[in-house]
Amino acid sequence: MALLEIRNISRSFGAFTAVKDVSFDVSSGEFFTLLGPSGCGKTTILRMIAGFDLPDAGQILLDGRDLVATPAERRPIHTVFQSYALFPHLTVGQNVAFPLRMAGVNETELRRRVADTLEQVHLAELAEHYPHEISGGQKQRVALARGLVNRPRLLLLDEPLGALDLKLREEMQLELIKLQREVGVTFVFVTHAQPEALALSHRIAVMNQGRIEQLDEPSRLYSFPKNRFVADFIGNCNLLEAGVVEGQDGLLRLQAAGLGEILAPAREDVNVGDKGVLALRPEQVRIGAADALPPPFPKGGGGDFATPDDPGASENPPQPPFGKGGGNSFPGTVRDFLYVGDVTTYQVTLDNGQELAALRANDAPGRARFFEVGDRVTVSWAWDAGHFVRD
Amino acid sequence: MRGTLFETDKFPPPPLCKRGEKGTRWAITAPPTLFLLAFFLAPALIVVLASFQYPGEFGGLAPLLDAGDGREHGLTLENYQFFFSDFLFTEILLRSFLVAAASTLICLLLAYPVAWLIAKSPRQHRDFLVLLVILPFASNFLIRVYAWMIILGPQAALARLLNGVLGAFGLEPVSLLFSPFAVLVGMVYVHLPFMILPLYTNLEKHDPVLLDAAQDLGANAWQRFWRVTWPLSLPGVFSGSALVFIPVLGMFAIPDILGGTRDMLIGNLIKDQFLGVRDWPFGATLSIVLTLCVLSLAGLAAWAGRRRRGEQ
Repeated sequence: MALLEIRNISRSFGAFTAVKDVSFDVSSGEFFTLLGPSGCGKTTILRMIAGFDLPDAGQILLDGRDLVATPAERRPIHTVFQSYALFPHLTVGQNVAFPLRMAGVNETELRRRVADTLEQVHLAELAEHYPHEISGGQKQRVALARGLVNRPRLLLLDEPLGALDLKLREEMQLELIKLQREVGVTFVFVTHAQPEALALSHRIAVMNQGRIEQLDEPSRLYSFPKNRFVADFIGNCNLLEAGVVEGQDGLLRLQAAGLGEILAPAREDVNVGDKGVLALRPEQVRIGAADALPPPFPKGGGGDFATPDDPGASENPPQPPFGKGGGNSFPGTVRDFLYVGDVTTYQVTLDNGQELAALRANDAPGRARFFEVGDRVTVSWAWDAGHFVRD
Repeated sequence: MRGTLFETDKFPPPPLCKRGEKGTRWAITAPPTLFLLAFFLAPALIVVLASFQYPGEFGGLAPLLDAGDGREHGLTLENYQFFFSDFLFTEILLRSFLVAAASTLICLLLAYPVAWLIAKSPRQHRDFLVLLVILPFASNFLIRVYAWMIILGPQAALARLLNGVLGAFGLEPVSLLFSPFAVLVGMVYVHLPFMILPLYTNLEKHDPVLLDAAQDLGANAWQRFWRVTWPLSLPGVFSGSALVFIPVLGMFAIPDILGGTRDMLIGNLIKDQFLGVRDWPFGATLSIVLTLCVLSLAGLAAWAGRRRRGEQ
């Protein structure tokens, strides 16, 4: 049985519907994330689980028991707030001891558990300090320690890393994963930062306008977005408008706006005539100089999937997609590029007007980029790289 | 070419203190400093000196130097000896402290919920509610105190009702006016805004998420108040208490108007020394004793506050 069951909950504020008929389960020991843009209803759901707000309809079950009638202070659920909400008049140690005092834990036991928990978040030496005397990252740890000290059934985390700078945030991500594994408490995490969600979670519910758009493991969300919103929201994505012309044996022939026919794998039930987008990640798009021959994926090479470092493939090629044609390779011009150190993203305008982002690792020594604005290039992708998303 | 980037000697470090900054600082701070020296410190020292002098024949002070006419002159400890010679003075002092403490406590109990309600009300209403709190200041203090004479007077509804009830139980009628009760009512009424305002200023700043956090961590409504709201409001409680306690301690108008003959407080006593008995040195002595008491009390409070924080 799932630890937490959310069954068809809805919540409106006046005319605004924050949460519309949302259901999901969270298993014991899971790191579950609600991901979505601000105003998508994720924080409202968190507040309802914590007990600060009640659903207009639906049930929230913990261990199979309905929580709706239980006030927040009696739910075995703690929250780590975005602003940390540490008590400014109490020391770090007293902050961590707070939930134990409320639970009436005796003094010896309390001291031991506070010390243990502070040890776990590497703050033992700061126990006597006041919150205003410690750094943002340390406050974050105190908030975590305070939320975990009396082992709640569920720990809710409301954008807890949002206030930290990038470097610290990455450190805390690793530490969160480690801590969650150590204490074995189930985490429900709320964030609008998709890299954070991908890095931390066992499963992610992508939310938009009060509904769950898709609920899946991070890698599946990234590779197989269910719809245009998820494709666009998770990571960077080229979205090519396309309609299905033909489909057979797990292959789709698409008519893409401005690109003509392209090939894509079919991973769901898709019918001829369906409209949608081909979701193509920039790292799946190869970019090469127009005069360099041959391009990474030969023109018209629907039938040739071999890459130089994969000789086996040419001996035994996969099924030919509809014979010839459908080559996912197009000439274009570099319009702009974004250098971020390890990689450079090139914005390419194809000759037929379509914009496409292609990513290339800066793997050559001393190279910050391979192409300049205005360079003629060829972009291409493996026929099975994209993912067709039906509207 | 590299050198041009690192030619730091072209940009000498800025001076720590710009020329003229010091002059500006003096120009700004000198007038208030001089004002305080002239009109606060000097008079205070005169009062200290006066408390060691003899009274003049017709009020005022006897000269410090011998005028050659055989009258008292110079410095003396007689005023302080006189204060301790009669327990009556200490009793009045203690009673004043008691009245001040009671007024402060009652003000606190009344002001806290009011301040809390204002702080919790919608932001656009708060200024208006604060205005209501300070509205009484728009009318004269004495007029407002005299108004209480009418409210508490024997012909007023309040006294009639009370005495009616007492009479029904066969008890003697009482007078509300000219009683310690009336003094307390007046003190609380006049000083209540001084308690409400600092409390409101404090409570308004509280981050509501702290109460959410406390509830989330298992605190019920009562625990949320005692463990979060109350300790966080202590600075407001202390400043409000000081703003009520100290003026009440020196207040003479309210006991004069609303109190009976036996409700004399230290403020009345001091006023009488200067304006009635015309014994300025003893009036000064009483002022000094009162000031020392208040200062030691404040010191005690500060020490207790620091100790409490240290122990936690």
